[in-house]
Amino acid sequence: MNLVDWIVLLGTMVGIASYGAWRTRHTTKLDTYLKGNAESGWFTIGLSVAATQASAITFLSIPGQGFESGLGFVQNYFGLPLALIIVCAVFLPIYRRLGVYTAYEYLGQRFDGKTRLLGAGLFLLQRGLAAGVTIYAPAIILSSVLGWRLDLTIIGTGLLVIVYTVTGGSAAVSLTQKWQMGVIFAGMITAFVIVLQRLPDGLGFGGAAHLAGALGKLEAVDFSLDPDRRYTIWSGLFGGLFLSLSYFGTDQSQVQRYIGGASLREGRLGLMFNALLKIPMQFFILLLGAFVFIFYQFQPAPVFFNQAEWEHHAAGPNHAIFRGLEVKHAALHRAKQEKIAAWQAARAQGNVAAEAEARVALVAAQRATDEVRVEAKAALTAADPRAKTKDSDYVFISFIVAQLPHGVVGLLVAVMIAAALGSKASELNALGTTTTIDLWRQLRPQSARDETRNVVVAKLFTAFWGLFAIGFALFAGFAENLIEAINILGSIFYGVVLGLFLTAFFLKRVGGTAVFWGAVLAQTLVFVLYAKLSISYLWYNLIGCAACMVLGLLIQAVLPRKSAT
Amino acid sequence: MSSPSDDHDTGLPVFRTWRAVYGLVLGCFVLVVIVLTLFSHYFA
Repeated sequence: MNLVDWIVLLGTMVGIASYGAWRTRHTTKLDTYLKGNAESGWFTIGLSVAATQASAITFLSIPGQGFESGLGFVQNYFGLPLALIIVCAVFLPIYRRLGVYTAYEYLGQRFDGKTRLLGAGLFLLQRGLAAGVTIYAPAIILSSVLGWRLDLTIIGTGLLVIVYTVTGGSAAVSLTQKWQMGVIFAGMITAFVIVLQRLPDGLGFGGAAHLAGALGKLEAVDFSLDPDRRYTIWSGLFGGLFLSLSYFGTDQSQVQRYIGGASLREGRLGLMFNALLKIPMQFFILLLGAFVFIFYQFQPAPVFFNQAEWEHHAAGPNHAIFRGLEVKHAALHRAKQEKIAAWQAARAQGNVAAEAEARVALVAAQRATDEVRVEAKAALTAADPRAKTKDSDYVFISFIVAQLPHGVVGLLVAVMIAAALGSKASELNALGTTTTIDLWRQLRPQSARDETRNVVVAKLFTAFWGLFAIGFALFAGFAENLIEAINILGSIFYGVVLGLFLTAFFLKRVGGTAVFWGAVLAQTLVFVLYAKLSISYLWYNLIGCAACMVLGLLIQAVLPRKSAT
Repeated sequence: MSSPSDDHDTGLPVFRTWRAVYGLVLGCFVLVVIVLTLFSHYFA
């Protein structure tokens, strides 16, 4: 990165954060601090909901998914539009009618204090753990590729988000997210245009898409019923529906984005905006990754994209093995380029039989280069069993740094940081709010009547969670596949929390004690199944939710009538 | 706070009830899945 990149990066990030903090610095009302500006329209709410879900990992990992596995990951989002319709029709009107600050307040009103505490506790546990991951994940990748110090990257981004989130609360979060999403859209569209421009002359969008298709990167929808397949239309529709319903309907970091606002109508329209936006947006990011893959078919490509990790081990005693793998990969890469040329020539002639034959040879050449990449990962593990062997998260950022012009590099790094700040801000805001409303106010009901004190306490808890996340990110080691780690963590807890809410909405005869113990047993069941089975993690949302509701009903049936409510 | 009648009105042309808006979103979703399936087949 040069001076122009730094000006773009710091100008956008510090500018947006300062603007948010400055505009909301006089927030003293609890309603505004916890729910945001009561005049927010659907567009602000919609962008805020989108920015909360789109973390930095979305823009680092998902192009890498597109590069490595193609478009299939988009199916993960197929349950999202249906879930948002249910949230609009059922969850949102109830939250607004009751005037709650958190989703878990509703559980207290419908059931009892212990069920509210269980819901809030599961949220704090899951989000609190994820808080460290969401700050660490982009920092480790950016620091590795850009040569920044990891600790300073974590502290810098962490403190920036703490400053404006603590200052203006929910109002500052929504305001800054609107501008951050502007930076994200501008950056990703710019990257897509540049990737297309950097493809060989005459290839264009259609040629690149046909080549990506021939290499199996454009299979977006898989109708297979095999439960071992990670992404199919069925796991996306059913597992994704429950994951999205839990996330948008019961996760305070999302609920807080839409329960405020000018009216129920604006909240609903903001959610419907996301229902229409999300799948095309994820498709676009995956397609960008698939096109980066095509770009590297015509350019020298590294055998392993996490170059810092590779060079670190290549400089060790296994130097000859690493260099040998590089030479082998480069030779196979050149051989593959010849196969691509042969396939393109056969296509241009309209010779179907020759095209099919050339495609078989091309796929075999691709498989050979893939095998060298597998060998490279094995060499890393042999050199150091703790070596990071997954490099797909490094593909897009490596492409940005190596291939894009100065200024655009700064803009794309700003996209990553903007996404990190936007999702982190919602997370801290929600953690601070839940701790204040569902824990502190229950323990100190007298103090809770003082509005000014409530705001001060909410600020302190928000700052606490921010510092906790920084500390956790600085001192903990995390799973390598970070986006999956966050999704798996969410799926383990979300199903049961959703079960609590669906029981509250639809099973009127089930009381607090029954649903509480039903949820505890269901959560235990999910832990056991996760340890024993190897099914797609999306299914745990459905299992946890169904187990909580069924067990709640069964316990209600056997409870003595006196303790049944 | 808005009045309940404001909340019942979607404020959108043509799609004046929430049921119609949800129908529109579902229709768009089905269309997107069809387009993605065709996209996959066309470029496969």
